[in-house]
Amino acid sequence: MTPLTQRFDFSRYNYILVPLAAGGLALLVGGVIIWLLGANPFQAYIGMLQGAFGSPNALADSLVKAGPLLFVGVGICIAYRGGVINIGGEGQIVMGALATTMIVLTFSNLPGLLLIPLALIAGFIGGGFWGGIAGFLKARFNVNEVLSTVMLNAIAVQFMTFLLNGVWIDPTTLDNAIRIPQTQRFPLWADLPRLTPTRLHAGILLGIAVAVLAYILLWRTTIGYRIRAVGFNTVASKYAGIGVGRYQILAITLSGALAGLGGAVEVLAVNHRLFTDGSATGFTGSAGFNGIVVALFGGLHPLGVIPASFLFGALLTGANSLQRTVQVPGAFVTTLDGLVVIFVVASQIWARRRATRRALIEPAPKENVASADAV
Amino acid sequence: MIQTVELRNITKRFPGVLANDRVNLQVRAGEILALLGENGAGKSTLMKILYGMYHPTEGEILVNGQVVQFKSPADALAQGIGMIHQHFQLVPGFTVVENVALGLKSSRGPLTDLDAVSKRVRELGAQYGLHVDPNALVWQLAVGQQQRVEIIKALYRDASLLILDEPTAVLTPQEVQEFFGILRRLRDAGNALIFISHKLYEVISISDRVTALRDGRVVGEVETKATTQQELARMMVGRQVVTRWEKSDMPPSDAVLQIKQLAVSNDKGLGAVNHLSLDVRAGEILGIAGVSGNGQRELAEAIAGMRRVNAGTVQIAGKDVTNCSPEQVIAASVSFIPEERMVMGVVREFSVAENAILETHNRPPLSKRTFFDFKQIDAHVTKLVREYDVKTPSLETPVKSLSGGNIQKLILARELARDPRVLIAAQPTRGVDIGATEYIHKRLIDQRAAGTAILLISEDLEEVRALSDRIAVMYEGEIVGIVPPDTSVEELGLMMAGAQKNL
Repeated sequence: MTPLTQRFDFSRYNYILVPLAAGGLALLVGGVIIWLLGANPFQAYIGMLQGAFGSPNALADSLVKAGPLLFVGVGICIAYRGGVINIGGEGQIVMGALATTMIVLTFSNLPGLLLIPLALIAGFIGGGFWGGIAGFLKARFNVNEVLSTVMLNAIAVQFMTFLLNGVWIDPTTLDNAIRIPQTQRFPLWADLPRLTPTRLHAGILLGIAVAVLAYILLWRTTIGYRIRAVGFNTVASKYAGIGVGRYQILAITLSGALAGLGGAVEVLAVNHRLFTDGSATGFTGSAGFNGIVVALFGGLHPLGVIPASFLFGALLTGANSLQRTVQVPGAFVTTLDGLVVIFVVASQIWARRRATRRALIEPAPKENVASADAV
Repeated sequence: MIQTVELRNITKRFPGVLANDRVNLQVRAGEILALLGENGAGKSTLMKILYGMYHPTEGEILVNGQVVQFKSPADALAQGIGMIHQHFQLVPGFTVVENVALGLKSSRGPLTDLDAVSKRVRELGAQYGLHVDPNALVWQLAVGQQQRVEIIKALYRDASLLILDEPTAVLTPQEVQEFFGILRRLRDAGNALIFISHKLYEVISISDRVTALRDGRVVGEVETKATTQQELARMMVGRQVVTRWEKSDMPPSDAVLQIKQLAVSNDKGLGAVNHLSLDVRAGEILGIAGVSGNGQRELAEAIAGMRRVNAGTVQIAGKDVTNCSPEQVIAASVSFIPEERMVMGVVREFSVAENAILETHNRPPLSKRTFFDFKQIDAHVTKLVREYDVKTPSLETPVKSLSGGNIQKLILARELARDPRVLIAAQPTRGVDIGATEYIHKRLIDQRAAGTAILLISEDLEEVRALSDRIAVMYEGEIVGIVPPDTSVEELGLMMAGAQKNL
């Protein structure tokens, strides 16, 4: 053994260190941009930290922002483990929210104890149905799921716009000159419980529970075993008697279902109604896409997604308050958000390439085989 | 021109592994040196050092008596050392000439001068019998021809020491003979060759001298003329090796695997198995001999439910399983050791434990109502790994970091642990070292004694002859004859070429 190998082995913690370093670099570049905009980067980032963590309210806001990212992120992990790339988070959130809205509007007389679970289940099914379509097309007709999920996103948004401009529009605004495409406020008993006085709601706890359940599903049950087997190697899975198509469909259906559940939580706990600005992001806040980054950030592991989504939620909240503190244009929030996404995704690709290159040049010593897959 | 190349006291350490330990080796112009050793003995590492891909931890390399240092393969090539890798380094969409010219300076500056290259390729081809069309696209060439392109590439760059890393692994028996002719011509023209292999009969028939490695150390150096296969095997493994097996007489019994008029297509949709009929009885090993690509793979996959049957039937113990799913075939007590071990036989990223339960993970006691019982799995896999001598650091080790022989033993353990009525073993020892091969053979013989009907598909005629009760020779998707196991290799070879149809 050379002394070199006895030093602290950074490579074992790469799955945490690499995305963290990437996030730091993104903030560094963001700092330069702030400076170019004529503001003080240090002041800006202090404002950002305060906005994200500075008070119970700030912390709660960060957690609330993390909610949809957590649901989508965990779903992305399941799809990825099943070898399916789910870009359809946006559409699945929307379909989940639509299903939830339908239940709440239809059964608004039911007591909350019944209505809320029913509405959540509807969201789960709505998103799952939307993901399942892409899964079915892939398994049955070999349609690339990246393409189909992107197109399903567009369909879901148009469907939402259609409903909100038509049958579901808030009746009280019908007489107004400008019709606002949103439903009426849901009955109070349909609100998810809150940890007052902050905006923190029970949906976050549900999200954490879902992440733990997803972990148990993937690594403690035969269903998860089959999903992972199919994700790694379809030929060997078929050889082992596993119905490959069935488990691909299941993986993306579950993925969509969790995104849909995220959508349900958003309407029940945050907005208390469904609204649209004609795009998907107006309602989802791009959680369907950001959830993918969060999943990568969390090492594509459901438990890793929990801290990853909180960090990302804090970033979103903090960036908003940064903008207010140092008076930079509103677009800067999107810029910073985008920088983090680019750096984190790029760092993942870089880490993977480096791993392959190293494997080609020098055989990896046996202890270091653990990669991002094994957290 | 290389006269001598010498490796002196080469040691190579990887973290936790001593791959080469004070290795000395010499090779001279005009001789073929065989570098013999089991998988993991350090052959490839040593040769990668000689070719400049690794740097030795200690020791030195001498070319024509001068100490040299290689920073990269380019340095080695500049000294006249070329290497033919097991996995070819060719651009499939380029022609032969383009591949040869790739990376070289053109005599016409920025413009290519492929005609000159083409001329030289033809010359080299004529000189050494390396016949290949210079304008053919590489992907259109057979594997044996691609290998010639690799050799031409090295010769074109004036290499006069060629390192050949397990060159025969990808060749059929016929191609091997042709290939050996080329090697002899290269040697007679004054080149030095290092031939890496673990196949003893090849080493005996082609080399002039043998250096054997075991556990990273040189364990023997002999003149080929003065040695035998048995002695080489003993050097390589470190003990006596069994190559002939005593088989108990089995009373005649019923056919368990019955194939009638089976027709199957290959991946391109062309007929690969043509109305083939075959019976395998309980307690019998039926060997299928044949040149690769004559429908053996398609036959095995069709029986296992991995490939659609176009016509005909497959029956297991009287039960029809034609076009059943792999799940149903497994339920009918069929085990399958697939030819494509790393693609079909295991999930590379899964651990040893996860791979060991690939087909049985859904059965109690390993899991109950979809939840795994990790204690039971641990006990089950520990038993398998111990019983079948699978060498692994732990049960959680990903299978991709095990050696080929150990992966094959793991697959064997998994497939035999189900105590199958029918076992399809496709190329069970290909790329597996002698020790593991011997072990796998013993297990197959034991399974035969336990009454399993075994269909053994192998391109290794020695293996087929040593294990089988009957040999069926397959040619162009048909059985051209069923012969006893003591049939000579020459006769089998003729049948494999389709010469003696319907013996």
